[in-house]
Amino acid sequence: MHSFRSARTSILMAGATLAASLLAAGPVAAQEPIRIGTFLAATGPASFLGDPEQKTLEMYVERINAAGGVIGRKLELFAYDSGGNAEKARTFMKRLIEQDKVDVIVGGSTTGETMAAVPLAEQAQVPFISLAGAVVIVEPVKKWVFKTPHTDRMACEKIFTDMNARKLSKLALISGAGGFDRSMRGECMKVAPNFGIEIVADESYGAADTDMTAQLTKIKGTPGVQAVLNAGFGQGPAIVTKNYAQIGLTLPMYQSHGVASKDFIKLAGAASEGVRLPAAALLVADILPDSNPQKPVVVAYKRDYEERFKSDVSTFGGHAYDGLMIAVEAIKRAGSTDREKVRDEIEKTKGYIGTGGVVNMSPTDHMGLDLSAFQMLEIRNGTWTVVK
Amino acid sequence: MDGQWLQFLASGLTAGSIYALVALGFSIIFNASRVINFAQGEFVMIGGMSAVSLTATGMPMPVAIVGAVLIAGVVGLLLERFAVGRARKADVVTLIIITIGASIFLRGLAQLVWDKRIHALPPLTGDRPIEFFGATILPQSLWVIGVTVVIVAVLFWFFNRTLLGKAMLATSYNRMAAQLVGIEVRTVLFASFGLAAALGAIAGVLIAPITFTSYDTGIMLGLKGFAAAILGGLGSFPGAIVGGLLLGLLESLGAGYVSSAYKDVIAFVIILAVLFVRPDGILGALKSERV
Repeated sequence: MHSFRSARTSILMAGATLAASLLAAGPVAAQEPIRIGTFLAATGPASFLGDPEQKTLEMYVERINAAGGVIGRKLELFAYDSGGNAEKARTFMKRLIEQDKVDVIVGGSTTGETMAAVPLAEQAQVPFISLAGAVVIVEPVKKWVFKTPHTDRMACEKIFTDMNARKLSKLALISGAGGFDRSMRGECMKVAPNFGIEIVADESYGAADTDMTAQLTKIKGTPGVQAVLNAGFGQGPAIVTKNYAQIGLTLPMYQSHGVASKDFIKLAGAASEGVRLPAAALLVADILPDSNPQKPVVVAYKRDYEERFKSDVSTFGGHAYDGLMIAVEAIKRAGSTDREKVRDEIEKTKGYIGTGGVVNMSPTDHMGLDLSAFQMLEIRNGTWTVVK
Repeated sequence: MDGQWLQFLASGLTAGSIYALVALGFSIIFNASRVINFAQGEFVMIGGMSAVSLTATGMPMPVAIVGAVLIAGVVGLLLERFAVGRARKADVVTLIIITIGASIFLRGLAQLVWDKRIHALPPLTGDRPIEFFGATILPQSLWVIGVTVVIVAVLFWFFNRTLLGKAMLATSYNRMAAQLVGIEVRTVLFASFGLAAALGAIAGVLIAPITFTSYDTGIMLGLKGFAAAILGGLGSFPGAIVGGLLLGLLESLGAGYVSSAYKDVIAFVIILAVLFVRPDGILGALKSERV
């Protein structure tokens, strides 16, 4: 008897709760925050990517909320630290989709993380804007996957365009052993013939190598070399640049966008004089001509970031800014967080001016940047100058 | 073209001198305790990073260098006092694992105390490469090689002419007998960590202008130094020097004449080859007691 009554009571209770929640559903849904998910390499070896990305996302979610949110709803950020580990990235992607039930994902600092998470986004049909570099993320086009950073192929093309303008055609490559280095080396070798550029030497060095004079001496002894391109980031390129000056190489030298930070000039010192490299507009915000459409965006982002965090702005944080803004704009245009609609609107992004360039997406281009996203820089008197 | 091999030689000797200094640190601790101290690379890092932050405070270079070496020395002593020394009754394998833990801990600490960025230290005497017979060498490389020679001489004097040095040597030959003749084995162990850490720090300060320094430079340098120590014979001081120089030269010549892609492979193939063919190393004094 007792058990019967308690069972009946609990059924009644459940019914009442259900009714209450149904009644509440209408008004509450309007207040329900928009759930933005992210997983970033906030710590670990790729933290120089994830750290500014996370800071940027937090800062702008706060700002957007302070300004009243998007379509009358606040944003809520669900952030996880993948440590740059693809395995963890996959786990967090799963958690974001299944547990946190996010509306859109803006994250993935490295290509490895991104590619591990892509199948989950595709399967669960969640719009996913990646912050990683490699071409494979958007090529072939995946329905639910987009990315904001420029690719290493574009960097190669920008460099080769500059070489064509300087009438240089015989290039020596020297690259590190890291993923970025290998990928850029591969892309450069692939597109070189399109620009009539012949690769006459192809040297490499280890991730923690401390001396590249041996490789550079070999390049020096290669007949016909007209320019040298170093694909890599971290300390390697700075050592290469120093060694380059040490053994008296005077050929034009190109570095990749991977070292486009003040640290590189500081590390390589006087040896960096005359080095050219492609870089995003953000790094040279102050010296951009006023006619550049990106100028107001990059100057504002740089100011906001540097004021808040008291550290130099990096392009990586800019990628996160672009990702978040593209997502927010798409949600605004869609007028809801319906995943299908948001995805369609992201794909329709046209003329969005971000820190990474002017974005024009299409069903066949989920990145939407062209070569104008890069500025060709030359280091002169210890600082950047824009090559015309 | 003829300058090429000379250039490889110069690069090899510079790198080799550093490997030798790191390898000496391995050997000193190994002799005192039979422990392979995998935190040796971290001492190199602490030396370099301390020197960077001390010079950043406006300290003159020589003072900063002495300071950096002292800081690393103290870290070495603390490591012995609070981690290795406390477990000294444990298995050698346990102690080695403790040093691996310590290296990870120190690396993490460095990220907190300093940062994750890469830093450069100004060279001791200018950046202008010196040319000779078509090859070039940085003045800093000469410093590296020169200081290594001086340190080797000082160590030689220390181990053969001073009481503490002789005590350390005696302990390395026979711990029990050393204890019986009244040598404080505990003090020897303590001192060996301080000495090894200071040596590592000197290496760290010397190479920071050439190769830069960051919280994780210790990993690779530690491994290379270990390879050098194995190559020369773990526990042998001349072996550490020969091993270091040989490794540096092989790497540089290998990168120059074979393929630069396999530069690091060379070091590790050497470890394997030596362990298979001649486990005692070239000048090894170690008796193979285990299977």
